[in-house]
Amino acid sequence: MTEDNATDTEAEDHGPTTFLTKYVWSQDHKVIAIQYGLTAIAIGLVALVLSWLMRMQLGFPGALEFVDQEAYYQYATMHGMIMVIYLLTAIFLGGFGNYLIPLMVGARDMVFPYLNMLSYWVYLIAVLVLVSSFFVPGGPTGAGWTLYPPQSILEGTPGYDWGIILMLTSLVIFIIAFTMGGLNYVTTILQARARGMTLMRMPLTVWGIFVATFMGLLAFPVLFVSGVMLLLDRVIGTSFFVPEIISMGEPLAYGGGSPLLFQHLFWFFGHPEVYIVALPAFGIVSDLLSIHARKNIFGYRMMVWALIGIGALSFIVWAHHMYVSGMDPAFGFFFAVTTLIIAVPTAIKVYNWVLTLWRGDIHLTIPMLFSISFVLTFVFGGLTGLFLGNVVVDVPLSDTYFVVAHFHMVMGVAPIMVVFGAIYHWYPKMTGRMLNGPMGQIHFWVTFLGTYAIYFPMHYLGFVGVPRRYYGYEDIEFIPQSVHDLNAAITVAALFVGVVQLLFLYNLVWSLKRGELAGGNPWRATSLEWQTPNTPPVHGNWGKNMPQVHRWAYDFSVPGADKDFMPQNMPRQSFEAADVHKLDPDPPTAGPPSDDPALPPREGEA
Amino acid sequence: MAQKRAVSDQNITIGQQLVEDWSSDREAFKNVSWGKSMMWIFLLSDTFIFGTFLTGYMTVRMSTTVAWPNTSEVFALTIGGVELPLVLIAIMTFVLISSSGTMAMAVNMGYQRQAKKAAILMLITALLGASFVGMQAFEWTKLIHEGVRPWENPFGAPQFGAAFFMITGFHGLHVSVGVIFLVVVATKVLRGDYEKRGDYQIVEITGLYWHFVDLVWVFIFAFFYLW
Repeated sequence: MTEDNATDTEAEDHGPTTFLTKYVWSQDHKVIAIQYGLTAIAIGLVALVLSWLMRMQLGFPGALEFVDQEAYYQYATMHGMIMVIYLLTAIFLGGFGNYLIPLMVGARDMVFPYLNMLSYWVYLIAVLVLVSSFFVPGGPTGAGWTLYPPQSILEGTPGYDWGIILMLTSLVIFIIAFTMGGLNYVTTILQARARGMTLMRMPLTVWGIFVATFMGLLAFPVLFVSGVMLLLDRVIGTSFFVPEIISMGEPLAYGGGSPLLFQHLFWFFGHPEVYIVALPAFGIVSDLLSIHARKNIFGYRMMVWALIGIGALSFIVWAHHMYVSGMDPAFGFFFAVTTLIIAVPTAIKVYNWVLTLWRGDIHLTIPMLFSISFVLTFVFGGLTGLFLGNVVVDVPLSDTYFVVAHFHMVMGVAPIMVVFGAIYHWYPKMTGRMLNGPMGQIHFWVTFLGTYAIYFPMHYLGFVGVPRRYYGYEDIEFIPQSVHDLNAAITVAALFVGVVQLLFLYNLVWSLKRGELAGGNPWRATSLEWQTPNTPPVHGNWGKNMPQVHRWAYDFSVPGADKDFMPQNMPRQSFEAADVHKLDPDPPTAGPPSDDPALPPREGEA
Repeated sequence: MAQKRAVSDQNITIGQQLVEDWSSDREAFKNVSWGKSMMWIFLLSDTFIFGTFLTGYMTVRMSTTVAWPNTSEVFALTIGGVELPLVLIAIMTFVLISSSGTMAMAVNMGYQRQAKKAAILMLITALLGASFVGMQAFEWTKLIHEGVRPWENPFGAPQFGAAFFMITGFHGLHVSVGVIFLVVVATKVLRGDYEKRGDYQIVEITGLYWHFVDLVWVFIFAFFYLW
């Protein structure tokens, strides 16, 4: 079967030639990746604008007349859902996953390219259904991104008539799209690697995406089912999640359902989702730090096991989102313990990132700046997670701005920093040109400092007790003037950060034609995607010869080597020969070329 | 070299073999095609779909304030004046499990490259599957006539109808997809598409899906009908 899978029929295949098959109905993982990425960024821009509108209302109440209470809740809901699912999940797995997996493991494409193409178009449909909810009577749902029933499907919540139906439909479609893509990613990584590419030689980017995709395949079905059940409750009047309710003096037709069930199902998906977004970021940042510090990643094996450990543990911590939901307090104890245990593998990763930087030859390139800022932001957001993971500390902080600050730092800003770093890092491979440096510097510094200006003060707001998800705070007695002043300041910072993202988008377009030519391997990186014969890689990725891998992805600054990096496909003996040559002016005659000693040859190969 | 390795293969344990496969290059599962590994991963994912359905059903069964209907009465048929509890479900379960048997035989015939026998067995499997769906349609019709709706029913807790239609509906959908899948693959087997490549693994992949759908039914049977 090995032969079957690896048959090289595509070597002579030059791929589709018409514009439509090449760029629109494309089955090439690289084109699909860019389609995914651009769609995710486009819908992310919508969410960005929504956050401006919300911030305007919070900082300068009443300044924008059309942002009324209903609109505010709708914006908050759509902002959250878009950012978490349609932007971050899609760009990390559909975007970077698609682009990098086949290139990094040395495959010609995903194992099922047609399914991969379908995945993108179904994702696009999900996005369009979501966007369409802005244009239906009643507008999008305003139930909050967690969509807790019963309020999300009952009259009185904005968008209860159409918005919630479209939201749930869109989620169900998204999950179908994700499953088609995710099956491809996992199978490609497991079964279609290059010769010599063992699992423990894969770059951590691939590991992060792999574990995250696998988690997605187990977590998204749960959201799928709870979405279907909620949809049935809303549309045909079943009572899975709705108990007896008296509304306006009249009993509703519902009864006997369990609202707590939805919370459990939602967070059984929702917590792994945090790591579905975070693990690809962990993986990518590990590679970025290593490459731009010219040093091997510290503790590669531990990094891999930490990824797997975090992935496994994240399935048994979900109820820490529900300490105040009224569930049995004994559960709170259990989930607090598991939550704090997850800090161990996470801390291993942070130590290893710092130790990778330690005494490295740090190049403060823009990807590196974003990577370092990720580590800082992640540590910051992670530490506030320790506060919220403990029941007794969490209860008073529940539903305050402390929570908003925590999750924006840890799973909003931190992964977005990695997205930016990764785009600056791989843009040269995707387009053949570097992104403009000065624009990148402005983008980085305003984003980095700006996000701190936004989220630092929110921790204070949380300690003061400012509740989250409120439309206005003007007439609330216990809220001091300082809160109002801070809210205005946060809004100004948010607008600056928002505007500088437009500069980034401009940079993406500007550099396409005018960026500095990059060459095949501008960062002098070792992993396979930088060793392709063409930049950007063409259909089939590798030309005639499939790559053969001889080493891990982190051979930087190896003592005695003539370059400070050794690509993964560089044969072992060519380094050893060079090494011997340097030390011994009269080298002994080389023996017969031996195969890679780490890999025993298989039958038929020897 | 190859000889030496063959000798050492006899002495290593399954555990060592597993570690060796996983630490090797190219493939983590040796001699497993892309399609087959993808089907396994998909089924793992699908397990969570049905697991969540059943968890949800059990939770609402606890949370509802009205008594749960007695399933042996609701699912009874009166045949020749005698009320037989769960008789239809028993037949349906028997049919579906028998179809797993014919499926396994089809896989075997596929690997023996007896295309005609494999195709016929697959078509028998599809026929059994289709009759399962037919009986399910009969059951739905009967319950709907008796007034069972997703939002109410005359026997007790409204969640009974909701969970029933949702879970059996989703499972029936899986069986229907499986029937179509079987017919398509059987046609291709008859046409000789796989004879050219000499590879009948697709029959096994179809079988994996089919056995999974059967296995899920066993759980639905146990948790929904017998409990």
